Amino acid sequence: MLKILKYSFYDLIRSRWSYVYFLFYLALGFVLLFLNNDVSKAVITLMNVIIVLIPLIGTIFGVMYYYNSREFTELLLAQPIRRSSIFMGQYFGVAGSLSLSLILGLGIPFLLYGLLKSNAIFDFSLLLVTGAFLTFIFVGLSFVIAISNENKIKGFGYAVLLWLFLAVVYDGLFLMSLILFEEYPLDTFSLVATALNPIDLSRILILLKLDISALLGYTGAIFKKFFGTDLGFLVSIAILLVWTVLPILGLRHKAKKKDF
Amino acid sequence: MTTHNPHHKYTLVLIMLFMGSFVWAKTWTICPTCEHNSIKQTIQLAVDHDTLVIQKGTYKEFEILVDKPLVIKGVEYPIVDGEKKGEIFRIVSDHVTLDGLFLINVGVSYTKDNAAIRVVQSNHFLIQNMVLEQLFFGIYLEKSSKGKVYHNRIIGEAVDEYNSGNGIQLWYSSDVEVSKNHVQGTRDGIYLEFSDQITITDNVSMDNLRYGLHFMFSNHDIYTRNTFENNGAGVAVMFSKFITMKNNTFRKNWGTAAYGMLLKEINDAEISGNTFEENTIGINIEGSNRIQYINNDFIGNGWAIRVVGACYTNSFKGNNFLYNSFDISYNSKLNDNKFEGNFWSSYTGYDLDKDGIGDVPYRPVKLFSYVVNRTPETIVLLRSLFMDIIDFSERVSPVFTPDNLKDVQPLMKIRP
Repeated sequence: MLKILKYSFYDLIRSRWSYVYFLFYLALGFVLLFLNNDVSKAVITLMNVIIVLIPLIGTIFGVMYYYNSREFTELLLAQPIRRSSIFMGQYFGVAGSLSLSLILGLGIPFLLYGLLKSNAIFDFSLLLVTGAFLTFIFVGLSFVIAISNENKIKGFGYAVLLWLFLAVVYDGLFLMSLILFEEYPLDTFSLVATALNPIDLSRILILLKLDISALLGYTGAIFKKFFGTDLGFLVSIAILLVWTVLPILGLRHKAKKKDF
Repeated sequence: MTTHNPHHKYTLVLIMLFMGSFVWAKTWTICPTCEHNSIKQTIQLAVDHDTLVIQKGTYKEFEILVDKPLVIKGVEYPIVDGEKKGEIFRIVSDHVTLDGLFLINVGVSYTKDNAAIRVVQSNHFLIQNMVLEQLFFGIYLEKSSKGKVYHNRIIGEAVDEYNSGNGIQLWYSSDVEVSKNHVQGTRDGIYLEFSDQITITDNVSMDNLRYGLHFMFSNHDIYTRNTFENNGAGVAVMFSKFITMKNNTFRKNWGTAAYGMLLKEINDAEISGNTFEENTIGINIEGSNRIQYINNDFIGNGWAIRVVGACYTNSFKGNNFLYNSFDISYNSKLNDNKFEGNFWSSYTGYDLDKDGIGDVPYRPVKLFSYVVNRTPETIVLLRSLFMDIIDFSERVSPVFTPDNLKDVQPLMKIRP
């Protein structure tokens, strides 16, 4: 598995996609910090970018990589290697290289602008951790979609639809149900609904760590009571882990059964 | 030829009178090792219009009653220690001056509002250059008028609202000037109740538990060039008429229930040239009519202006709204307030005729803020992509937000 992981990783680096992705984040970090020299304010702006872009890029990249390396995968399948290690290797190779580009690309400019001296370091590391989680989750989901669909167009369509659902439609349904049931106590509902979507969960986790959480008012206080404690933090990390593990299990299951 | 000038005569008489009083008024010196080492006893010995000079040292005295017109002056800030036993100075006479003393340890009581300095039914007082620490109430003016509270430093260590007092409190007092004071760490920094014609200038009120400045039932007051920073709930102006608020700064009143300024039942006021920076809510307006908001700066607030209800004929002109999460929040579809010639940092219109005024009207109410007003729980969707999308579509064609709530002449460039 490690060999295939290494191969996928270097393959991405050779194809320069990792560099492009890395340079994109590097430029984003520098431009943000150049425009306003305040590290903690840049973290807020970055959050907006991260919760929208990372899932999108993860999804597209995952699907693209799977379909592109299909022939190579078939070649590997002819060798005496376990199926799960082939697909796990590819998955971790892609997700790992994307996360590394994100962490290095954003980390370097922030370090240069004195992150270590500012007290935003915890918010920033949380941002990177959730970013890495989102990468792993969405690359996993897209791999599952790709392996289940031979048709590339269909696979791409489903993957983009999945992103659209979790990033936009889910919030719309959430909003509708909040307005529809406004007569009822909604605190527990909104807590659960937020926790179930990895994008919403990451957004709330980061928001609560920032000053802006004061805007959340009464509802925010309830959220803070849950997510602000160590237990709540552990629970949300656990939920993110479950979101990461589920696609991996699905991928293994599909890979084992699929007839190539 | 001799000319007779009556003015000279009067001047002479005045000088004589002045000299006379100067001669008669005695100066008493108080110091720990002198013949007179107690402030209380010396006040009893003194007669009207005498001066008491208190030398450097510590005086453990409380409930000092000033019942005749005296000038009480400290040299190099002598300490008057109330030992937490009660009030320190109680002034019950007109024409009293307190100057340059360091008062500490006012007694905390749950039944009496003990103050470091209490002025009771006395006029023409002057309280200046005092330093008050470890206090319950600071300066408490009770039915006292035509006085001046100038350049005092009041530093409390309030932790809970129920066992702390206000820095400067005016109750049924009028024509008082409160200026250049620094109030910090009390319950309400400056509190006015039933007090008219008060001028509040150049004060700094910060880190107070509740409000930096609190108005109740006080009319025709003016406050200018004050700074209110990091107070528990900002500044509250309630149930008052004809208040003028000019060139003040409201900063960092940040928290779930904090306001830069809270207006409740305020009519006919003028709010101009103020700066509201980094408050959760810049101005929260409730039941306030005929108010002119001119040339204010709203920078980086959560909500710049939040209109809660029943506000009519207000006018907003020439204000700068810069980088607020929400510019205006409204809870009804009815609008009777006027927005004109403001600068909005999120305005995206164009100016073809280059007259500095945008050709497309700006709608300051986002759909999201409307939704949040309706169902507060929806605030959890703050900064989600979905909200940005529907905000955009609402801006293009408004359905839910008041149709006539718009700035038809938005400025293209920031008002300097």
